[in-house]
Amino acid sequence: MKVKFVLNGVERDFEVKAGEYLLDTLRKHNILSVKKGCDASSCGVCTVLKNGKPVLSCSILTARCEGLSITTVEGEKAEVEKFYSYFGAEGADQCGFCNPATALTVIAMKRELKNPSESAIRQYMVGNLCRCSGYVAQNKAILNYLEDQS
Amino acid sequence: MKTVNKAIPSVDGLGIMLGRPAFTDDLADVSSLIVKVLRSPHAFARIKSINKEKALNLSGVEMVLTHQDFPRKPFTRAGQGYPEPSPHDKFVLDEYVRYVGDEVAAVVAKDEETAEAALALLDVEYDILEPVLNYQEAMDHKAVVHPEPEIHEMFPIGFEPKRNIAAAYGMDFGNLDDAFSESDVIIEETFTTQAQAHVMMEPHTVNARLDVQNRLIIYSSTQTPFHVRRILSQALAIPMHKIRVIKPRVGGGFGGKQAIHGELLVAWVTYKTGKPAKMVYTRKEVFESSYTRHPMTLKIKLGATKSGKLKAIDWYVLSNTGAYGEHALTVFMVAGSKVLPLYNKVDAARFHGHVVYTNHTPAGAYRGYGAIQGNFALESAVDILCEKLQIDPIVFRRKNMILEGETSPVFEIMGEGTEGTAMNMETCKLDYCLDKGLELIDWKNKYPRVPLENGKIKSVGMALAMQGSGIPYIDMGAATIKLNDDGFYNLTVGATDIGQGSDTILAQIAAETLDVPIEKVVVYSSDTDLTPFDVGAYASSTTFVSGNAVYKAARHMREMIVKEAAEILDVDTSEIVFGGDVILVKNSEATISMRDLSNRITYNEDQKQLTATSSYYGTKSPPPFMAGFIEIDIDPETGEIDIVDYVSVVDCGVPINIKLAQGQVEGGIVQGLGMAHFEVVKSSSKGQLITNDLLKYKIPTSADIPKLTTAFAKSYEDSGPYGAKSVGEIGIDTPPAALANAVYNALGVRITDLPITSEKIILALQNKKNKESH
Ligand code: FES
Ligand code: FES
Repeated sequence: MKVKFVLNGVERDFEVKAGEYLLDTLRKHNILSVKKGCDASSCGVCTVLKNGKPVLSCSILTARCEGLSITTVEGEKAEVEKFYSYFGAEGADQCGFCNPATALTVIAMKRELKNPSESAIRQYMVGNLCRCSGYVAQNKAILNYLEDQS
Repeated sequence: MKTVNKAIPSVDGLGIMLGRPAFTDDLADVSSLIVKVLRSPHAFARIKSINKEKALNLSGVEMVLTHQDFPRKPFTRAGQGYPEPSPHDKFVLDEYVRYVGDEVAAVVAKDEETAEAALALLDVEYDILEPVLNYQEAMDHKAVVHPEPEIHEMFPIGFEPKRNIAAAYGMDFGNLDDAFSESDVIIEETFTTQAQAHVMMEPHTVNARLDVQNRLIIYSSTQTPFHVRRILSQALAIPMHKIRVIKPRVGGGFGGKQAIHGELLVAWVTYKTGKPAKMVYTRKEVFESSYTRHPMTLKIKLGATKSGKLKAIDWYVLSNTGAYGEHALTVFMVAGSKVLPLYNKVDAARFHGHVVYTNHTPAGAYRGYGAIQGNFALESAVDILCEKLQIDPIVFRRKNMILEGETSPVFEIMGEGTEGTAMNMETCKLDYCLDKGLELIDWKNKYPRVPLENGKIKSVGMALAMQGSGIPYIDMGAATIKLNDDGFYNLTVGATDIGQGSDTILAQIAAETLDVPIEKVVVYSSDTDLTPFDVGAYASSTTFVSGNAVYKAARHMREMIVKEAAEILDVDTSEIVFGGDVILVKNSEATISMRDLSNRITYNEDQKQLTATSSYYGTKSPPPFMAGFIEIDIDPETGEIDIVDYVSVVDCGVPINIKLAQGQVEGGIVQGLGMAHFEVVKSSSKGQLITNDLLKYKIPTSADIPKLTTAFAKSYEDSGPYGAKSVGEIGIDTPPAALANAVYNALGVRITDLPITSEKIILALQNKKNKESH
């Protein structure tokens, strides 16, 4: 079937199978920032922005994306670069498998929350699992970014 | 220092955050055949027959592989140097399956759906056998996990498969009987540690294709590309020169990717069909069919004098390696070898034990590698001993712990599967780590406990730890540095960046030595065709072993450049001053820029390519040390624990990259807290894994960890590159004992069985109450 949605600012047609998930459609179309980390919607590394809100692309059928706007880090280059300058400065990145998803979630949080507290930040990020970093350096980088850039 | 000991952002961090193709599956051929494995539903069974007709008749199915398709040659997937200290007890596919999740057969199909459908069409008849599920009863059990005659050890490791013993070892020094009889206080306790899952975010994955020279090109998410090449060649009888293993970016390993996983099947499919193929483990497969940490039972007996001198340590360990013996001997030995030397002044010690086979998911390498299990036992036992002695545990540790300039007989006696290497602690700042940690956690105002207004109890607990820096005389790393026209360098290393940042820190070492900004050193790891050898990322070896190789290569490159410059400027080499971007002559105006020099030797005169390759193996393994302190608020009604802060003070020599070293420590702490507090691999009474997804196996989230305080001791290890020791594992070791000690300090109950959950605490409190009322 055919589905039309806006991917990173450009309206595009996608030919998809009935049960196809957005994660697979995106990776098939060379959007490789979205990763697959689990089979039970429980790791967060497949996060994309659906009309600006973070969602798990592994649990959304592409067929249901008709007319929506889907954003990945490929479509947020400038903002990601800004965020990374804080992230890299804290040494918050290790393997990086979770980092595109982290960046998108943080960018969405910046647009959604006004001056979030540290614990609000940690709560917002709770679905973005990271096995490498121990989170604290990441949270510090996020806080610095939000304080400076909001 | 211009580059080393600075907080330089990762060389590849931004590109990865921007989603550029970097990981193994990002680089798979789009037309790859999909390889999927049928996994055993039984803990132990013999395969009577596999009917592949129906699967093969399905359109889009390329082949079905069973044990009949492979040479019957045992090997080990452990991913260690050769010959391995692990038994050769695994076949690519076998007629026996030894745990729920073990490989029965593989299907190869044009896409995922077809492969899944083909799996469902395989008809397998099993002869179900009685499994060995309780490792306490595994030794001399009537069921034998490995009855097959072909399996063997590579050198003596105590391998007795007929008794379900994968490995055994024992050592002692001093006179144990005397030391105990001279002790005023003796304690004995048994500790148990659980299987922990690695849960790296990127599942195991591999893909393969043939190149124009008809060679196998394998992209693998591995910690050990060179070992993968060797094991593939040995197990599949494919000539080694026909295999190239490329390790792209790896999405976390923690030891789980030291061993090999889908590589054998995928390589075989491409080799046989000529077509690209790939395999990506599902998360369920990662949990069920990769590896866990070895569960252990550790019986420990300590003796000390009234004045607080530790006299004797007697220690028996039983370790469960599951269905296969990957790392069986060495992980168990490290429980002693990287823990016992902490208390080097004992008169006598014994360490012995067995590693047994069971019908569970195999255990393998996992960050900490036995030291975390051993640390939990010894550092808990020391607090128990101090309680009985009525001596402050800090005072006791100060008196008995290892100090700079000292040694321990254990270093010489115990290596990894072999004898060890005697060494003195040229750097050991445990005294500083201890003092600084006490200050940072504000021990004196919180120890042992402070009742809070909300009814909770605040308490603190601590533990000391050590690890190693590679395996002396075994682990080798190499580096090549090439000077390019325009005056920049390539650094190629076999060392394997798996997310720990080794590309960045190795580039820092080269940049510092060549006196250029890090941008001028383009680093690449690792590729068995293009980069020099390195054992890979394990045993905390990279900073120390591979870092020393990079340092040597960069020094060599400097010498070559000085020689070229001396010729060009027509002076003696002793007159040359190497200034990085520019070469000067002492007391002279004469200079040449690196750009001009490199362009000249590339294009204009006396043309040549300058390349320096150096390698390094340690003749010792200087241990990093740390003191870890936890502060918790615990609810005495529910046993619920809030982790308030975790203070780590670490002596890893000079941290090459301050922030990345901190990341290694903190990542380790949080993984260790997971093990200490709630992570546990659970299976049913039939051996089925219960915790097979991230909902049932919880790892720490951002909400669990409010604060970590990490500091480094000032320390300079002469044998390390720019004074560095390694730092990849040390962080994980202390949380279990520190938490157990804090819980005891709060409530007076001692949890000896990991993880330390609220339920266990409540139960222990009830038991204590019952006892007191009797
Ligand atoms: S892949 Fe894990 S939540 Fe989507
Ligand atoms: S950096 Fe590796 S999972 Fe987050």
